[in-house]
Formats: sequence, structure tokens, C-alpha cells
Amino acid sequence: MFYREAGDFKTTYAADNQTFPIAFDRWRYWAVLFVAVVVIPLVINEYWANALLLPFLIYAIAAIGLNILTGYCGQVSLGTGGFMAVGAYATYKLMTAFVWMDMVTVTLLSGLVTAVVGVLFGLPSLRIKGFYLAVATLAAQFFLVWIFNRVPWFYNYSASGQINAPERLMFGVPVTGPNAEVWVKYLFILGFVIVLAWVARNLTRGSVGRQWMAIRDMDIAAEIIGVNPLRAKLSAFAVSSFFVGVSGALLFSVYLGAVEVGEAYGINKSFLVLFMVIIGGLGSIFGSFAGAAFMVLLPVALKILGVDMLGWPTNIVAYIQLIIVGALIIFFLIVEPHGLAQLWRLAKEKLRLWPFPH
Amino acid sequence: MKKLLTMAIAGLMAAGPAMANELVFPSLSYRTGPFAPGGIPFADGYADYFTLLNQRDGGIGGVMTSVPECETAYNTERGVECYESTKGLGALVYQPLSTGITYQLIPRASVDGIPIHSMGYGRTSAANGSIFEWVFNYPGNYWDSASVMINYLLSQNDGSLEGQKVALLYHNSAYGREPIRTLEVLSEQYGFELLQLAVDSPGQEQGNQWLTIRRERPDYVLMWGWGVMNQVAIQEAANIRYPMDQFIGNWWAGAEADVIPAGDAADGYLSLNMNGVGDMPVFDEIQEYVIDAGLAAGEGDNLGSVLYTRGMYAAMLAAEAVRVAQEMNGVAEIDAAMMRDGMENLNITEEMMASWGAPGIGPEFSVSCADHGGTGEGRIQQWNAADQEWVTVTDFIAPDDSVTQPLILEDSAAYAAENNIEPRCN
Repeated sequence: MFYREAGDFKTTYAADNQTFPIAFDRWRYWAVLFVAVVVIPLVINEYWANALLLPFLIYAIAAIGLNILTGYCGQVSLGTGGFMAVGAYATYKLMTAFVWMDMVTVTLLSGLVTAVVGVLFGLPSLRIKGFYLAVATLAAQFFLVWIFNRVPWFYNYSASGQINAPERLMFGVPVTGPNAEVWVKYLFILGFVIVLAWVARNLTRGSVGRQWMAIRDMDIAAEIIGVNPLRAKLSAFAVSSFFVGVSGALLFSVYLGAVEVGEAYGINKSFLVLFMVIIGGLGSIFGSFAGAAFMVLLPVALKILGVDMLGWPTNIVAYIQLIIVGALIIFFLIVEPHGLAQLWRLAKEKLRLWPFPH
Repeated sequence: MKKLLTMAIAGLMAAGPAMANELVFPSLSYRTGPFAPGGIPFADGYADYFTLLNQRDGGIGGVMTSVPECETAYNTERGVECYESTKGLGALVYQPLSTGITYQLIPRASVDGIPIHSMGYGRTSAANGSIFEWVFNYPGNYWDSASVMINYLLSQNDGSLEGQKVALLYHNSAYGREPIRTLEVLSEQYGFELLQLAVDSPGQEQGNQWLTIRRERPDYVLMWGWGVMNQVAIQEAANIRYPMDQFIGNWWAGAEADVIPAGDAADGYLSLNMNGVGDMPVFDEIQEYVIDAGLAAGEGDNLGSVLYTRGMYAAMLAAEAVRVAQEMNGVAEIDAAMMRDGMENLNITEEMMASWGAPGIGPEFSVSCADHGGTGEGRIQQWNAADQEWVTVTDFIAPDDSVTQPLILEDSAAYAAENNIEPRCN
């Protein structure tokens, strides 16, 4: 009825190529943006922000980053946590070394630093594939965490080895540190999410994204038709690491404020982001958001349901959460390898035909 | 879609807790994960003592207590979520039992005006109350405990450690790194060689470190461990036949769960303790009013263990601070700011501890505006594997304040400069 292409005439190539070819999707997109940018900052409170929205947005960036590498370019990576740590430590060093620098620049530079590191660790991907590459990125994970623990220069020789984000202002209001209001933090992160998601969406639609997908689907065939595997793989590593680095930087500077590398950016973080991508949907920007929302929401929702409403012991609920996540991963891998994004896609297909199923 | 759901749930959450007239002590516990062997007994002891107060005395000063529990799994992000979800309940004090979460909460709680009591853990320099207004770490901190351990070694070696070799086996995190600075100063002062061996979290893999210990043959091994790391270390020490009476854990590396897995081989293992062990009258009351009544927080099988006792001690100190605050303000229903004043005016005496039913559970100490750290005294206990019990072998040993105090002032001054804090208490 309302959800279809009919009657929506495209008169230019640009209009024909737009991200959302269906008018309803375009309205929905602007409506979501309106709610996110205007409505939520007005009504947000600390619990919503700190327990749900900030981690959701930050992990969405990380999931998009990993999705570019794994979902679009087919290179499995278990080094996400380590690359997030690179972003965080780059932010810390930049914040403390260049006190005058604003947070947007700091965060973007941290992303660039991570991109360089990502390319370095991406080099082996030219020779090794699949499981072996996963092991190589796993090595990156452990190596990066180890080096941040081992070299005191990274944490400015502090006694505890922790890094703390000092307070930084943006347009006269603090965005980092304990005095920052949550709506400021929220808007700051949201800005990055919107811009980066837009960039990712358009990169994956364009020639770069098509090269990545060609490599993913069959690298030899891609090479024969003229895709340069060196450039495609390394650009995927660079862009992916940039996203992951930005998310690690934001997690440290805006959200947590104090970080211990082994604990905040350990192997568990790599798996968490990987699960987000798998549950959300490989090769889908929407899937990255859905996966991040799901993984951030699930523990909180279970806690509210189990502990606050049903009065179960906290440890039982924690174990149930592990069981549910594990079961869901298996479920999605078997039943719906394309994740939540595919369910969303199917729903849209059905909606397009509705109310006439044939 | 997801966002709507998020909001619906969060809205429900925000609407849920009505401000009841009770004293709220949120417990950020961890009953799962690699640190659960330490987290479970502590959380049980903390909750059970408040249940005892409710059942026996009808709360504190006539106001009932409640201990909402939130599982953190020792994870700082979960800790933040727990803090945010419980602070609206009217939380009086946070005791997260995690150095990482404590670091996370120090700036937040200082802005929100809720005191943190990191009892013998957390940021050591928080002992300087003139900088850390909302943070307390009495009765002792890591630097005190490092100093106490060295003082014990001095007493064992006729006052000289010249030329000895002391290894520090530490959890490679903010927690484990805390004592290094103090030990470095002490090693220069007393002329012993310090060997630093880091164990990465959670600490199951220590083969390499113990190979080094076997090769270097240090005279003593000090351990800053927690959770599974302790069990593994004691087992490894037993495997290389390192003498147990030269192996000393700090006060987080000396509980039943740490030594029992190694069996008889753990016999003679030493550790520091800030609280007393052994039978106390209060245990009978907890058994009667809490466990037999089916109100225990856990299985009820941890009663009397080292960490259960410590959790209970933490609750006792919090309850005492409430009493002080109630007296100071003349109201029974205190808020977090009054709680802070109560904590700052604590004066713990032997008679007081006896009146709690726990004589000698901790050292006598008093807290003041400038001193949030207590005396820092600790005693050495030894594991008796045959009887499966910890035996206290020394009285309370005092730390060397001339070593720790300058370090505390230096570190807290750095924090104050970073965060533009004006010292109080002039």
C-alpha cells in the first residue's frame, strides 16, 4: 500500500541511485534522525544514556567497522579489541600532549593512527586467508594489549597503568570528564555515528565497496577481472580500523573516562563486536546497528526482567545471559546467517507485496 | 524500532523505584566470572550483616536497610551500568570491590555526591581526604599493605633485608601495579632487590613467571593476586616446591578458596589480612537470624570465611557510619551527604567492635577530614591445611607512614592538578 516503488518516479540518475529508493524509507530515515538529534537530547537522562544509548552508539561504530572488513571484504578479524585500544591510547596521548586540541580532531586523528596500525596488521591478509588470517589478527589483539600494558610511555608513566581522560570543552561545554552533561556526550557521539554511517553506506555502495565484495566472493576471480587485491584488502583494513579506532577512542574519552587496557579492550571485546556483526547481519550497515543495539540491550533487559521484576538471584541471570547469547549465535548461524538485517529485509519485501501476497 | 523498545524499557526502569524510606547500600557484586571465588563470599557477608540488622534490631536507628545487588562480573562497563541503575534508589555508599570500577566511579560519584568506600583497594591516594572528598579507603590501602609486608620480613630477618631478593608477583592491572612504587622506594631504603613479575588477567597462565622464580630463587615472593590467579599461583608454587612460608599474599590473596585447591601442599602459606579470622559471636547471630531463617544472600556456606568476614566488616563500618551520621544530624533517614559526614567522623574502638559481636575484627582507627585512610595496619595469617583454617600469627603490624605518606601526597596532588581540585580541611 504505502510501501512501494510505484508512483515514485525517478527522473535523474542521481535519484535512481539514491540510498533509499522507496519514499517511505526516506521519510522514516528523516524521522529517525529527527528523533535521534532533536527529541532524545531533550528527554535523555543519565541512566538511559550511560546504560544504553552511549554504549549502543559507540558499539554501532565498531560494528560498522568490523562489518566493512568481515562482512563486505570477507577478511575475518579477531583483533577489534586491540584496534579499539589503539584508538583509545592515541586519544589519550593526543589529549595529554596537545592540550589545546579539540576533541573532534583528536578523535579523527586517533582513527587515522588506528588505520595505519590496521594496515600494518592487514599486510598478512595478502598471503593468508580464512582461519589463518583470524589467527594472525588474534595475534594483533594480544600483541597490542600487551604493548600498552608493557610500555609505560603509553600511559604516561602513571603508577596504576590506567589512562584517564582529562576534561575537554567543546563550544564552552565539557564533553569529557565527570562534569560533562549526558546530552552533550550523546550529541557528540551521535555526530560521529551519523557521519561515519553515511560514509560507510556510500563507500560500500560505490566502486570501493564493490571491489571489497568481489574480493569477498572470490578473490581469484576478482583479481582476474581487474580488482587489485592489495589495494582492496588494505583499504578495507584501513577504513575498518579507522571506524574501530574512533569507537575505541569514544569509548575511552567520552563514555568510560578511565580505562585499563586488558580489561576494557581484551579479547572479550573482539568477540562482543564479532557477535554484534554476526547477529546483526554480515554485510549490512543496518545490521551493525541492529546487532549493537541487541547486544547492548540484551543484558540490561534481562537484568530488569530477571532481577528487578522476577527477583531472581543476580548470578543466575548473568548465566542465563551467557546461555542466551550462545544459543542465539548458533541459531543465527544455522537459521539466518544474514542476521537481523535479513529479517528486516524480508519484512520489507513482504510489506512491498502487502496486501496482495502474490 | 530498537530505539523505541530501548526507551520503553528504560522508561519502565525509571518509573519503577519509588523512594522508600530505607537505607540503601547497593552491592556491586560479582558472582560470575574468574573473580567470583572472591566476589561471592564478600557479597554474602555484606548483605547478610544488613539482613541481620533488619531482623534483629529493625534496621539502623529504626530505619530498615536494603541491599540491592547488581552483577558486574568485575567488568567496568557493567559496573557503570550498575552504578547508574542503583544511584537513583537513594544509595548511601558504594563498595564495588574492584579497583577498576573504583577508578571509574571516583569522578562520577564525586560529581553526584555519593561516597565510595574502597576498603583496602581502589586508588591508594584517596587516603588524602583533603583532595578526595567523597572517597574513603580505611582501614588500609595497598601502599600500607606493601609496607606492612616488608616490615614483617624485616622482623623475620633481624631488621635487615640487605642483599635479599624479593619477587613481586602481581596481577597486571591497576590493582596489581599499585604496590610497585612503594616497594621500589622500600627496596632502595633497605637494600633488597625487587623482581617484578606481571601476570596477565585473569591469571591462569603463570608457567613462565614461576620458571623465572625457579631460576632466580628469590628469598621471598609477595603476591598481589585476586580470583583464579591466587589458586593457580599457590598450585604453581607447590609444583616447584617453593617454600610456602616465604610466599606471602596481600589481603586479597589469602582466602580459603585460594589455598584449598592446592590441598596439603598449600600448608604454611602466608598472607596479610586486615580483619580478624576465627569465631566471633556475631556469626551465631547471623546463623540464627539470617541463615536459619532462609534469608541468606548466598548458600550460607561461606559463614566465617576470610572474605565473608571482610564483607561483614565492610557492612559493619558502613552501619557504624550511619549511626554516627544519625547522631550528628538528629534524623534517622540520612542521605548520601550525611553518610559522608558520618564516615569522616568515624572513630572505631575495641569496645565498639565488641558491641558489634566482632571483637578484634579490625584495628582501632579514626577517620578525619584530611585522613580517609585509617591506620593501614595488617596482620599476617598462615594456612593450616590439616585443620583447613587460617591461623593469625602476628598482631597488627603498622606500616611505615614516612614512606607511604609522601607518595600519597604526591599522587593526590597530581590528581588535584589534573582535575582542578582545591584542597579542603585547612
